[in-house]
Amino acid sequence: MLAALSGRAGFPAPGIDILKTPCLWGTNGALCVNRVVIYMLLAAIVTVCLFVLAFRRPSLVPRGLQNVMEAIVEFVRNGIAIEVIGPEGLAFVPLLSAIFVFVLVGNLFEVIPGIQFPVNSRTAIPVILAVLVWFVFNIVGVKKQGGLGYIKSVLFPPGVPWPIYILVTPIEFVSTFVLRPFTLFVRLSANMIAGHLILTIFFVGTGYLLGRALTIPFAVPSFALAVGLTGFEILVSVLQAYIFTILTAVYIGGAIHVEH
Amino acid sequence: MVHSLGLLAAAVVNVGVPIGKGLVYGLAAIGPGIGIGFLVGKSVEAMARQPEAAGMVRTTMFLGIAFTEALALIGFVLAFIVK
Repeated sequence: MLAALSGRAGFPAPGIDILKTPCLWGTNGALCVNRVVIYMLLAAIVTVCLFVLAFRRPSLVPRGLQNVMEAIVEFVRNGIAIEVIGPEGLAFVPLLSAIFVFVLVGNLFEVIPGIQFPVNSRTAIPVILAVLVWFVFNIVGVKKQGGLGYIKSVLFPPGVPWPIYILVTPIEFVSTFVLRPFTLFVRLSANMIAGHLILTIFFVGTGYLLGRALTIPFAVPSFALAVGLTGFEILVSVLQAYIFTILTAVYIGGAIHVEH
Repeated sequence: MVHSLGLLAAAVVNVGVPIGKGLVYGLAAIGPGIGIGFLVGKSVEAMARQPEAAGMVRTTMFLGIAFTEALALIGFVLAFIVK
């Protein structure tokens, strides 16, 4: 009994290791080019190509790709930039729509046959995006309100009796300058890791259950659930791209509008 | 004696770690689960009462979900850190 419990047997559940892929070129050091790196570059190239091909020769009556991309940019412009930031948000539409499309492409790689790896599940990409967003909203705040004014408006929110600042100022500092970028990248990458793991577990499980005659009937619901969850992951991909963009807009808006 | 103690320790580690991982995520999901349910329920109520404000409510709802969900996701990441 003890000996059986001390060794694990049965279904080899895929763990976090599935995110690690062997190097195709170079060594396991700084210059390791593996499958994921190629997908990262592919995501960037696809994003650039989508914008360039759609708006290279814009026609008055949009057709095909231009139609799709105009719908996306219009959604970001009206639904996110203007609604969250206000009229000043128009200046940030290029940044926001680029972030939206890049995150969306990276997420959708999860369900594209032949790739099936969400680029954003490797934490490096969301971290870089979050650092970019951190710099953008801080620089915007400093430009709009001046260095001291920005620090003052962040750390000392008005309308609070002064002894409360002993409590409020550290909380505001941590939440604005540390937790904002941290939760921004954790939200995106953890969602993508979770989605990738769930899909892998159900597809690998289907294969495992097909291996023995006795368990073949159980492979059917496993496969059905895997297909259903693929649809759910498409929803999650779009939602996470939307949430990443809208949070970027909220942070920029918070830096622009001084609280009274 | 020493051998069976070693086996017992290995068994505790092998059985306890998956249970711990499950508990970490499960416990982290309770609060955000209640919170998101409450939040979406209230938002639906608001949208039903004032359909013309539905767009604004929806945006704010997604924002609230994103903030609440972060706690559960940090628990999810912790579940992998537990070794």
